Amino acid sequence: MALLVDARGLVKLYRMGEETVHALDGVSFTIARGDYCAIVGPSGSGKSTMMNIIGGLDTPTEGKLVIDGADIGAMSDAELAQFRNRAIGFIFQSFNLLPRLTALENVELPMIYGGVEPKARRERAAALLQRVGLGERMGHRPTQLSGGQQQRVAIARALAGKPPLLLADEPTGALDTTTGAEIMALFDELNREGVTIIVVTHDHEVAAAARRTIEMRDGRIVSDRLNERSARHDAHV
Amino acid sequence: MMRTSDLIASAARALRSNPLRSALTALGVIIGVASVVAMVALGSGAQAQVERSIASLGSNLLIVVPGAQRSGGGVRAQAGAGGGWDALTLGDAEAIAAQVENVAVVAPSQRARTQVIAGGLNWNPQVEGVTPAYLEARDWRIAQGRMFDETEERQARRVIVLGATVANELFPNVDPVGQTARMAGGAYEVIGVLESKGQSGFGMDQDDIVLAPLTTVKRRVSGRRGRGDSVSQISVKAVNEGVLSAVQQDVETLLRQRHRTREGEDDFTVQNLSSITQTAAQTTQVFTYLLGGISAVSLLVGGIGIMNIMLVSVTERTREIGLRKALGARQSDILHQFGLEAVTLSVAGGIIGLTIGVAGAWLMTSLFNLPLVISPLNAGMAIAFSGAVGVVFGAYPAWRAARLDPIEALRRE
Repeated sequence: MALLVDARGLVKLYRMGEETVHALDGVSFTIARGDYCAIVGPSGSGKSTMMNIIGGLDTPTEGKLVIDGADIGAMSDAELAQFRNRAIGFIFQSFNLLPRLTALENVELPMIYGGVEPKARRERAAALLQRVGLGERMGHRPTQLSGGQQQRVAIARALAGKPPLLLADEPTGALDTTTGAEIMALFDELNREGVTIIVVTHDHEVAAAARRTIEMRDGRIVSDRLNERSARHDAHV
Repeated sequence: MMRTSDLIASAARALRSNPLRSALTALGVIIGVASVVAMVALGSGAQAQVERSIASLGSNLLIVVPGAQRSGGGVRAQAGAGGGWDALTLGDAEAIAAQVENVAVVAPSQRARTQVIAGGLNWNPQVEGVTPAYLEARDWRIAQGRMFDETEERQARRVIVLGATVANELFPNVDPVGQTARMAGGAYEVIGVLESKGQSGFGMDQDDIVLAPLTTVKRRVSGRRGRGDSVSQISVKAVNEGVLSAVQQDVETLLRQRHRTREGEDDFTVQNLSSITQTAAQTTQVFTYLLGGISAVSLLVGGIGIMNIMLVSVTERTREIGLRKALGARQSDILHQFGLEAVTLSVAGGIIGLTIGVAGAWLMTSLFNLPLVISPLNAGMAIAFSGAVGVVFGAYPAWRAARLDPIEALRRE
């Protein structure tokens, strides 16, 4: 399988007063297209920094990161914005839907910044909401939807720009167990259809649903292993 | 790359989502633009009024009066050196008519003030002894009846033409033409009534006047004061405005020769009405600028209001900005979105303010009886200026929004 993410010796330094914090301390890994990978670790382990850098929201202090053939470190601010729009689908713990917009308009949002024609993007947004099981609720605003439904809208939005990579940050953190399992089942389906997914979580059940788990501690990768199939099945029953 | 239509839709939606706040923010600009438009219109109206009333004295007109001009602009009689109030004569008027080029009409006149009585009513108007040419010199017309002719003037007939005010005061209920009025101990026949001219630019009622033949006034009304052939004023009308200053110089040179005076020691003054008009117009223009400037301060305050609300809006929508950036909005997209919101607020405020300002100007000018002057240029400038206010005061909040770090912004609750 072709490589989607190729990270070599990533270092991220933060200055906090006198001290310099090594949020990432020489991280190297690769993620193939079609993979489903969980990044786990306690808070402060560097997994959030990792997600921000993979998502093009932040740039590494040192090292080289190539995603979908593009060198993140060499990009200008505007190029990074375009990269995020084209290559990354973000899914957040707190959904981050715009409350004034309907479900349909929320899904259209990334396509607006991608310059897609109004008619084309409305059709695609409607099809995606249909795909995540919200075909009946396109005109609803986020406040009129349950947490699980809101996260489905957010997933539809993440898929809107047909990005090669979905990046989810604690996607079930704000949901109850049953709804969370439904969302994980949806991820599993999407992955089987060929979407590459990276989930950042500290929930072991969520991590176990992925094919592969990268564990981080103090800015380094401490383990990188494939999950057993049985564990994956248990997670989304 | 964001489409322009989406940018506009996005700004419009943000403004509509908080209608009261948007309206109050725009109100600052509305008041500012409305007051600028109304004040400038009021000032321009006053200016037009002044110009119009000065022009009503007569166009292309030079007025020669006895006495030297003071530096302050007034006229005084020069004591000694033979130059008094009787320095101007009929001979001067005839010489001007005969020797100065480009003169259309020369009209000498003698002023007197006396009581006029008719039918038990009395009035104290200004009595002007004039030649028939006076009407043409002053661009004046007869409303009823007729003007006396040159024969009547030469024969010192007892005929008078009344100004509109005098006609109203002495003959409130009857047609004055054909009636008799008494003044200076004699009976005079009213043969005509003048058209109304209204107030002059100096606040005097120009219609409070009685015109009588010059010879009649000199013999029967003003008495034996002064030399027999002196006049109190000579009106000189030039053929057009272009030659007015040349005519003024020629008249001055001629009178200096005739009076044997040197420049600086003149016993007469030639007043140029167009230069008086210019001075008065300039004065009112200064007032217009002053009024507009003071109102512009309120527009500035309106702009600060926009900046204030936009800053609040950026803080409130930090998370939204972070999300939009994560989804692929570039700095310029965010900058344009917030900038457009500010400009939309200020331009909408400008258009509403313009409407209110025009209405206010109409109200005030009709209240003060001034002409309503609203130039498209001023209106366009008001709109452009309010747009500029939006750009200037929206720029900093929009820049702050564009520069937000998406990671920080998304973390914010």
